[in-house]
Amino acid sequence: MSDLPLLRTVGVHKSYGGTEVLRGIDLDVAKGRVVCLLGPSGGGKSTFLRCVNHLETVDAGQIWVAGEPMGYRLRHGKLYELREREVARQRRKIGMVFQHFNLFGHRTALQNVMDGPIRVLGTPREQARAEALDLLERVGLAERTGAYPAQLSGGQQQRVAIARSLAMKPELMLFDEPTSALDPELVGDVLAVMTSLAAEGMTMLVVTHEMGFAAEAADEVVFLADGAVVETGPPSQVLGDPREDRTRQFLARVLA
Amino acid sequence: MAADTEPLPVVPLRRWGRWISALIIIALLVLLGIALGNAKIQWNSVPDFLWYRVMAIGLLNTVVLAVLAQASAIVIGVVIALLRLSANPVARWFASGYIWLFRGLPVLLQILIWYNLALVFPMISISLPFGGHLVHEQTNVLISAFTAALLGLALNESAYMAEIVRAGLTSVSTGQTEAAKSIGMTPATTLRRVVLPQAMRVIIPPTGNDFINMLKGTSMASVIGVTELIHASNNISSHNLLVMETLLAAAVWYMVVVTIASIGQHYLERAFGAADRGPVSRAARSARV
Ligand SMILES: Nc1ncnc2c1ncn2[C@@H]1O[C@H](COP(=O)(O)OP(=O)(O)OP(=O)(O)O)[C@@H](O)[C@H]1O
Ligand SMILES: [Mg+2]
Repeated sequence: MSDLPLLRTVGVHKSYGGTEVLRGIDLDVAKGRVVCLLGPSGGGKSTFLRCVNHLETVDAGQIWVAGEPMGYRLRHGKLYELREREVARQRRKIGMVFQHFNLFGHRTALQNVMDGPIRVLGTPREQARAEALDLLERVGLAERTGAYPAQLSGGQQQRVAIARSLAMKPELMLFDEPTSALDPELVGDVLAVMTSLAAEGMTMLVVTHEMGFAAEAADEVVFLADGAVVETGPPSQVLGDPREDRTRQFLARVLA
Repeated sequence: MAADTEPLPVVPLRRWGRWISALIIIALLVLLGIALGNAKIQWNSVPDFLWYRVMAIGLLNTVVLAVLAQASAIVIGVVIALLRLSANPVARWFASGYIWLFRGLPVLLQILIWYNLALVFPMISISLPFGGHLVHEQTNVLISAFTAALLGLALNESAYMAEIVRAGLTSVSTGQTEAAKSIGMTPATTLRRVVLPQAMRVIIPPTGNDFINMLKGTSMASVIGVTELIHASNNISSHNLLVMETLLAAAVWYMVVVTIASIGQHYLERAFGAADRGPVSRAARSARV
């Protein structure tokens, strides 16, 4: 299994009711790489990301993370569906950052970051606390550790959410439009955290409309529309000199 | 003109309406007081009845019945709410039917049905798989008047509790549940650590109201002869014919118990607000400063 990339998806299909939202997605993300996922609204980007950590089950195809099939156990050439608590164990190695932060409303910033290690990994409280304080400092929130989510700005909440994911020491981080619910002047702080994370070698799959971030931080850009990958390549090519008409039209509209 | 130089004198609005309505209310209260003073009530006997032995038993039964019924209702209600929200369609269907039935029937009717169960099922037995019985008893012995009242009150209330708990659970955004999943929390941990603590704020106030209602609802058990406050006061008045005086004594005890419960509810809500509502209570506090 060691020849697999950290994330490999093979022919991922997903339908809601009668509509096919994902129509066979093949995607590899090698360890330490940053892949940005672009595409028009409703193209299936969020759905794909949610399939990767099994928040949604796929109808067909497979998703391998660190050599394990998400949601299944491979035995004697067959995939056996896992129970929810076993899926939970698989999800530990995948962090996810949501568009609307989704911090725990009844917990302070510090508690939001500590809860995962304590409740899931069984980390001793003092150690979890020290690590959480480190992480909050890293995302620039050393001053606000005692604040509740409702007392924080959107940008601060999103940085706490990133710290909460990192506290689980994930191998792969998923970001679903982490800055699109933020006021323009707050976007920069969040992108800075993501850029430094990328520079430290974190493997990242990022859905974003921030072309600047994609151009600068991504190793690869994937353009997804109508549930299928239209075009893949290095940012300079996909963003600078797209091959497909679909991509060109999208970029013209976004950059306009 | 002179607006920015001298402060001008202000003439407040005369609120005649307030004065008139206050006077009317006070007059009516005085009239009521005179009427009560002239009523044929032996006021001085009421305090004595408060401390009759049978009244004390009635008070104890009222409180014990209400507490047991509410506690069972909370436990059953949580289970029914979880079934109602489960992915299993049979469980959802069962929970809806349960709520429909036990919320739909009057409590008094439910109490009477449990009390008269012996008419249709004279014996209750639970058999063990390889012969012998776990329970084998006459229904009359198993379901006393107290048990029948407890069943009627608890099951009816459990249907309401199921709805209260469901509203509380669904008040926590699915985004938070997904975030909990994404850091590898199991469904049980997510429920305990993320959903329930926040649902409590929504669940506690109506539960407190229901408990206060339950304290008074126990009076229906008097119909099947449980010695709670109403039955106790009837018991006393059947000897001395002072019906109104004994009922007033029961009324005093109800007010005492309900007042204590209201104070308890207030502190319970505050405790959960302080530990949990962080941002809200803090914001409210600083706004007041
Ligand atoms: N739970 C669901 N039930 C039914 N349809 C859904 C569900 N989730 C997503 N869809 C549909 O699937 C399609 C893809 O949605 P998705 O959220 O993945 O798009 P997206 O690329 O993330 O778009 P956006 O940029 O607006 O976030 C949409 O047509 C959406 O309506
Ligand atoms: Mg989306």
